[in-house]
Amino acid sequence: MTSLFDALLLQSGYNAALVAIGAALLGFAGGAAGTFLFLRKRALVSDAMAHATLPGVGLAFILMVALGGDGRSLPILLAGSAVTAILGLLAVDWIVRHTRLPEDAAIGAVLSVFFGIGVVLLTVVQTMSAGRQAGLEDFLLGATAGMLFADAMTIATGGGLAVLAVWLLRRPMTLVAFDAEYAASLGLDTRRIDLAIMALVMAVTVVGLKIVGLVMIVALLIIPPVIARFWTDRSGRMIWGAGLAGGLSGYLGAAISASAQDLPTGPIIVLVASALFFLSLLLAPVRGVLAALIRHLRFQARVHRRQGLLAIARGEPIHDPLTLRVLRREGLIRPDGVATDAGRGVAAKIARDERRWDIAREVHQDAGLTGRYDGLTPIEEVFTSDEIALFDRHLGAPRPVRG
Amino acid sequence: MGADFVQFSLTPILIGSLAAIACALPGNFLLLRRQALIGDAISHVVLPGIVVAFLVTGTLAAVPMLLGAAAAAIVAVVLIEAIKRLGRIEPGAAMGVSFTFLFALGVLILEQTDTSSVHIDVEHALMGNLESLIWFRAEGWGSLFDPAALAALPEELIRLAVVALILSLLTWLFWRPLKISTFDEGFARGLGLPVGLIGFGLVVTAAVAAVAAFDAVGSIIVIAMFICPPAAARLMTNDLATQVGWSIVFAVLSAVLGYVLAGYGPLWLGASNAVSAAGMIAAVSGVILALACLFGPCRARVGVGAG
Repeated sequence: MTSLFDALLLQSGYNAALVAIGAALLGFAGGAAGTFLFLRKRALVSDAMAHATLPGVGLAFILMVALGGDGRSLPILLAGSAVTAILGLLAVDWIVRHTRLPEDAAIGAVLSVFFGIGVVLLTVVQTMSAGRQAGLEDFLLGATAGMLFADAMTIATGGGLAVLAVWLLRRPMTLVAFDAEYAASLGLDTRRIDLAIMALVMAVTVVGLKIVGLVMIVALLIIPPVIARFWTDRSGRMIWGAGLAGGLSGYLGAAISASAQDLPTGPIIVLVASALFFLSLLLAPVRGVLAALIRHLRFQARVHRRQGLLAIARGEPIHDPLTLRVLRREGLIRPDGVATDAGRGVAAKIARDERRWDIAREVHQDAGLTGRYDGLTPIEEVFTSDEIALFDRHLGAPRPVRG
Repeated sequence: MGADFVQFSLTPILIGSLAAIACALPGNFLLLRRQALIGDAISHVVLPGIVVAFLVTGTLAAVPMLLGAAAAAIVAVVLIEAIKRLGRIEPGAAMGVSFTFLFALGVLILEQTDTSSVHIDVEHALMGNLESLIWFRAEGWGSLFDPAALAALPEELIRLAVVALILSLLTWLFWRPLKISTFDEGFARGLGLPVGLIGFGLVVTAAVAAVAAFDAVGSIIVIAMFICPPAAARLMTNDLATQVGWSIVFAVLSAVLGYVLAGYGPLWLGASNAVSAAGMIAAVSGVILALACLFGPCRARVGVGAG
């Protein structure tokens, strides 16, 4: 446990600390940038871009070796991956715009074909006279073990710049993500802002390659916005919420991974994010499963209460066990099923309201009001007391319910 | 085209082609139903499936691996559906959450357990090992009639042949309901067809194809063959039967050309080593799709001029 705390408090080595900070920044930028993608319903475009980075890595390596280098410069490898990621994105856009293929097919095609080309290049690299294992496989699943200081610094800097870019561009990007036509009518160049969103996504993907790997980097762009969506309906809060969720996943994941052997950073970060997701799915206040369940049970109880009270008012016996339980809990019936005074009172009121509604439908022409009858909304919430008094004149005096 | 070819290249080419056909067949319907990425998701979650199957059984035998992978595929489909419904999340994001989660789980379990002694690793899962599926006992074309040599055919070949055959039969048997429910779900429901069941059956069939092919050729080919040949075929014709026909032609063409280019292409260029056949097959299918995008007779949307 102590090693975990050490890692959480950035005490387990300079590189580990740098990686944790880098992962946190990267997660934050990924979550925030992913929010724009999510709102634009283009989450999986990032998957095509992530897979399209592989040929770029291979080409950059081959090029560096051909020019006499050793092919290990991380910034150049990342630059190469960025170039093919952009090509992949352009290919998706071109296919969608110029053919009748839907976007998901374009994404899948670009993803698999670019990845295939990347694998071909990797086998070329493996057989090159440079001979040595270039470690390019690390880009598939990410690897932070044995990361050089300069590499960690590159990642931390890249993550920081991405966060800064999100903050600078948050307003126009929110507008476009939410309502592109409105944004265009305000005079914003939506195509350029769309491109900026994609550039940001690409930056996160490329910077994250070394930590999370290209197969799983999309998790940092997709899962945090989904988490944030559970907790809020407001776009501003969603951006920063997703950033927070992503940053937390990145930080916790990198720290947990640094605290013990055999805990690869990429998968742990993704699993932390997944855990946050499942917690949100379960516990979120309005959209969560638990909240929905409670809402359903409450509704059920209200319906049963009302049906039971109507039965009492009509002097009919109640057999449904749930109805009996609900009424008993409120003290509206005695344990033996006979209505108490309080129960008869409430039953009389409900039965009377039911008759008031009947009158309301006859005398009131406003279907918008009478249409609000659902059997559960109290009549006082729909009509004014004057109107109810009017209904009562048609009804006559209240009638008691016999016990 | 002598004994070497039969021994080293014939079976990989056949396996590649059969895998391509098995994936392209359901791919046609998935494409038209806007579910093309299901193949992508399934091929990612196959990894945790085989890792867990290995942990449970302790062997690398084919049957438990396939069962594990199929179970994982079904878990993934159910998870995607659950997230979509429970959380009211759009399908793309639900898919992204599910497959990255399951894939990460697979990688973690793999790293945590001592599987270094056996041959499962992530790269193998991604890239397959098509080149190693050679017909060791073959001595020439004559071996095709030699029962002893035929008995030593790689088991992947038999398995994929069976799967491709079953998928073709299923496609033929369920042609009408599949076609109707794909193009007009409301009409299909009106006819009393079990639309939900047909959709689920299609996804499960696709999962079976993906799992069977994955073991031999890796997930790149699986994803590429689910999408590229049907997509290219879609741009060639407006008729479903013709489209399925084209997709099979494209699938086989990618497999054969890809394998030959990967195995012999570098030699022609003067290099001494072959490159990844799986990657090359995916690349060739991409080239075919690109050509179809540029020149396919039915490439444009209805109402938009070609160009």
